[in-house]
Amino acid sequence: MEFAELIKTPRADNVVLHRPFHLAVEGTLCLTGHHLIFSSRRQDNAEELWLLHSNIDSIDKRFVGSLGTIVIKCKDLRIIQLDIPGMEECLNIASSIEALSTLDSVTLMYPFFYRPMFEVLEDGWSSFLLEQEFELLSSVTNEWRLSCVNKEFSVCPSYPPVVIVPKSIDDDALRKVALFRHGGRFPVLSYYHKKNGMAMLRSSQPLTGTNGRRCKEDEKLVNATLRSGRRGFVIDTRPLTVAQQARAKGGGFEQEVHYPQWRRIHKYIERFNILQESFIKLVEACNDQSHNMDRWLSKLEASNWLTHIKELLTAACLAAQCIDREGASVLVHGSEGTDSTLQVTSLAQIILDPRCRTIRGFEALIVREWLQAGHPFQQRCAQSAYSNSKQKWEAPVFLLFLECVWQIHRQFPCSFEFNEQFLIMLFEHAYASQFGTFLGNNENERAKLKLPQKTMSLWSWVNRPEELSRFQNPLYEANSLVIWPSVAPQSLQLWEGVFLRWNRPSRFLEEAEEERIHIIKYNKELQARVNALRRRLAQLEAEDGEVQEE
Amino acid sequence: MEHIRMPKVENVRLLDRFSSRRAVVGTLYLTATHVIFVENGSETRKETWVLHSQISSIEKQATTATGCPLLIRCKNFQVIQLVIPQERDCHDVYISLIRLARPVKYEELYCFSFNPKLDKEEREQGWKLVELNEEYNRMGVPNSYWQISDVNRDYGVCDSYPTEVYVPKSATAHIIVGSSKFRSRRRFPALSYYCKGNNASICRSSQPLSGFSARCLEDEQMLQAIRKANPGSDFIYVVDTRPKLNAMANRAAGKGYENEDNYSNIKFQFIGIENIHVMRNSLQKMLEVCELKSPSMSDFLWGLENSGWLKHIKAIMDAGIFIAKAVAEEGVSVLVHCSDGWDRTAQVCSVASLLLDPYYRTMKGFMVLIEKDWVSFGHKFNHRYGNLDGDPKEISPVIDQFIECVWQLMEQFPCAFEFNERFLIHIQHHIYSCQFGNFLCNSQKERRELKIKERTYSLWAHLWKNRADYLNPLYRSDHSQSQGTLHPQIAPCNFLYKFWSGLYNRFEKGLHPRQSVTDYLMAVKEETQQLEEELEVLQERLANLQKSQSGNNKVKSKQQDGSKQFGLYTSNNSLANTPQEYSNDLKSFPSRSPSQGDEDSALILTQDNLKSSDPDLSANSDQESGVEDLSCKSPSGGGCLPSEDSGKDSDEAVFLAG
Repeated sequence: MEFAELIKTPRADNVVLHRPFHLAVEGTLCLTGHHLIFSSRRQDNAEELWLLHSNIDSIDKRFVGSLGTIVIKCKDLRIIQLDIPGMEECLNIASSIEALSTLDSVTLMYPFFYRPMFEVLEDGWSSFLLEQEFELLSSVTNEWRLSCVNKEFSVCPSYPPVVIVPKSIDDDALRKVALFRHGGRFPVLSYYHKKNGMAMLRSSQPLTGTNGRRCKEDEKLVNATLRSGRRGFVIDTRPLTVAQQARAKGGGFEQEVHYPQWRRIHKYIERFNILQESFIKLVEACNDQSHNMDRWLSKLEASNWLTHIKELLTAACLAAQCIDREGASVLVHGSEGTDSTLQVTSLAQIILDPRCRTIRGFEALIVREWLQAGHPFQQRCAQSAYSNSKQKWEAPVFLLFLECVWQIHRQFPCSFEFNEQFLIMLFEHAYASQFGTFLGNNENERAKLKLPQKTMSLWSWVNRPEELSRFQNPLYEANSLVIWPSVAPQSLQLWEGVFLRWNRPSRFLEEAEEERIHIIKYNKELQARVNALRRRLAQLEAEDGEVQEE
Repeated sequence: MEHIRMPKVENVRLLDRFSSRRAVVGTLYLTATHVIFVENGSETRKETWVLHSQISSIEKQATTATGCPLLIRCKNFQVIQLVIPQERDCHDVYISLIRLARPVKYEELYCFSFNPKLDKEEREQGWKLVELNEEYNRMGVPNSYWQISDVNRDYGVCDSYPTEVYVPKSATAHIIVGSSKFRSRRRFPALSYYCKGNNASICRSSQPLSGFSARCLEDEQMLQAIRKANPGSDFIYVVDTRPKLNAMANRAAGKGYENEDNYSNIKFQFIGIENIHVMRNSLQKMLEVCELKSPSMSDFLWGLENSGWLKHIKAIMDAGIFIAKAVAEEGVSVLVHCSDGWDRTAQVCSVASLLLDPYYRTMKGFMVLIEKDWVSFGHKFNHRYGNLDGDPKEISPVIDQFIECVWQLMEQFPCAFEFNERFLIHIQHHIYSCQFGNFLCNSQKERRELKIKERTYSLWAHLWKNRADYLNPLYRSDHSQSQGTLHPQIAPCNFLYKFWSGLYNRFEKGLHPRQSVTDYLMAVKEETQQLEEELEVLQERLANLQKSQSGNNKVKSKQQDGSKQFGLYTSNNSLANTPQEYSNDLKSFPSRSPSQGDEDSALILTQDNLKSSDPDLSANSDQESGVEDLSCKSPSGGGCLPSEDSGKDSDEAVFLAG
């Protein structure tokens, strides 16, 4: 397919761009295969807007006479309006945008065409290998092993080729356990708490069915993570009733008779389609132009978004508490083990593991717990809050996770190496990107698409010093402790950086951030100068002393 | 003290609102001025001090197997839950507190016994820190349009006004007196703020006694005079800050609002702010939400909405924004009133001044602003904040709302204010504490009669002395946000108004961010300053050394002390970091060991290097009180405060902070 076929009107002049908090600008609109480009012609204030078609969530068109207006709603939640003179031009442009923003083949996406303008210092595709993780783990414990049982993606299609499992469980046993777990997602190591040797495992639901099927190998696997005489916790992200109903469809949960050393806790986290609805309602509320305060609060409440945040954070804190405070191992799962399970395990690590609060550690966490763990990014992020898709696969599962990280960040503003912009950047790239990192639904699909060979990794770009400096938190002081966030409603706030990003004046907040950076930077400069002077003085004084000796 | 039936009760339990497991046992003391709870056992003997004047309600609840619960709610939003073993003791404590919390004479208030050990001269200096005549001069009056009037010199015209008021030059004594007779409580139009740049002004008054048709020539002349004092504009705005319906209802009682037909060249405008009764109920509802035990997100948001609190805050801001815009952008003078012109009018005038003039966004300027628009113009502090026992229907969080407006602005303009959130919280605290004389009584007249300045100390001097604690590290006087008029967003911006947990959940430290960016940056700035000084010393030494070497001087320069430790990164955090109750499921599961995780409390933070004069701290809510004032034995042998961060048990440290 040629993109040119889809572009009947590649260029329109005298187009007016409207954005909140900006004056309207007149300029030229150009369409390319992957971008919508608007450039203003004004000499004094030339500016260009580049918008990826894949970032466009929905478009509306309307006409007043022959003046057409296109309203473009983006996956990053921004809304822009273009006034295009000429009915035909406007119709052509609208239909091109519609077609180009909903390409159905992954290989037509921009990452397959993108050529980086920067020198690649480090290939992000091999920056975070599980083998490296395992090496770190081996230095503190020898109870685990790397298994290649899934090398061909044959045991579990949504797992990566290598996983970490208890040493005492061989590959044959793993194959049997895979048959007993939904989608073959047998329990694997998610996190090892060095402080007390407790482990966090994740999996999908066991396929106990109505007749209480059991699997000795499964029991053996999970028990292998327990210290003798200790118990563990299963955190099931479904309410008990849902878990019980799942048995009718062949699913189920760990029954106490077969798992006597485990105690099950049901912590309900909403499923993806409910989250999508909540997301849509919240964004609607944030875009509401009404002046009525009551309406804002009741819409915020009705969206239930903050309720989901609170529930998710609570579940993650609970998992962390079991590990750190109760000294117990934890197994986390819901149904498929690809959504709420990953939210809980990754957030628990943010709380427990200081490494996950560094930039590289957080990137590694996303690779390990989301990309390799088989969160279906392509399905979940196909559309954002302005969609009216019938697919029902879309859900802001990853965004919800990022927001929870932001909530913890807000409560511990000095404990994270990265800043809010870093989280927002990840949100943007998960939904639309020039990089291949978030394409595909699992490692299997990524391998088939040959993404590492054909596309650039987000990490190759982000980890370049020029880019990194934008994402560093000036207040960061390594904090080696477990950080326990408050989950009280008073402690949770709407993530304005994402949801009000385009509808609030941000200049003053940006100035504040600049000032914070300035204060820290000046301090560091002074420190360097004082240290240099001290050295120089010591040197001079030593020389002086020598002169006197002579 | 005749009102104390029970000076000391032992084995009292102080409950934590969030966790029944975190109750502590200790001894309760009642003194002439404070309720003090001293924890048993732990080495630090943590103390919780509450001033009687902070108590807003005491509730004795039904006796249970463990004892008799007593709930003390405070005006600074602290809530204390005690369980007293014996019902009789509880009753005695209850009866004593009921009386102690409702003093009947000013002399019973704490400021008359509070002694910060300053000599007479220091005290007088303290009162001179804020001088309103200097402030009017700073604004640019008197000038050719405005003059000081002595018409009220003996409070002869209006007893709730100050003796010195600024009025338009063309307003003769006859006009002023005539106008005052046509205004509620004779509160005639007087200058609140004068804008040097364009001669526009903000004046304030009470409602006119217009009824359905009454007029007053002098009052009409008064408004005319205000207009003439701004030659650049041919009209003035008259802003009535009441809802229109309320204003109309007032006409039936012979009061009301200005008829545009009778006054030449006015534009009349209603900007509805609800009355003190609505605001009192609204706050009450919001506090109920804050007090909910483990509320869901919906409970909280629904309750917040239902209280209407943020809507009221926004209404006050909107009025202030309107006036600031009229003055700064249109160059039009504004006369503001409500009914009596001492509540909503004070709120709106001070918000507008704050938006207009960067001076009021400095620490000193903010003190001046409160002194100008609230203290001098007869805001009824005693009635509104219930300092003396009085009509509960007079109580209303009027200045609290103004203080919250400032906080909301600080959130929107993080670099625009010289002071930080703590400054606002401490002012709120002291409006109720009666520890300083500033806010006593209902008017300047009463304060002069009581000789407040001779007998009490000024809060402003106290805050000024500790100003390092109250600085906003992001403030730079040369910064764009620090200059000119602030323009808050007015178009749909409901989401800009947020719940202020820092004030309303002030004592629930566990709910707040565990690391304070403000304190961190202040510590960095402090270190920066030390570095600057050291740099200078080093450069000087280097220069000397080079000189001496070149001059072949044999004098060896003195070795300086080893490298300085700035202590920036080593101070501990008082907010030990422990998990909340994330699930009830864990309770039934035998917890392994109680003694884990002390290391979590060692969070590397800089939060508490500023706390010495912090009324946030339970132990020293009035550290400077000087313990000799206490009628009973001082529980911890003096004003030394047990530092919270030294608490061994991190679990307690979080939840006892209040």
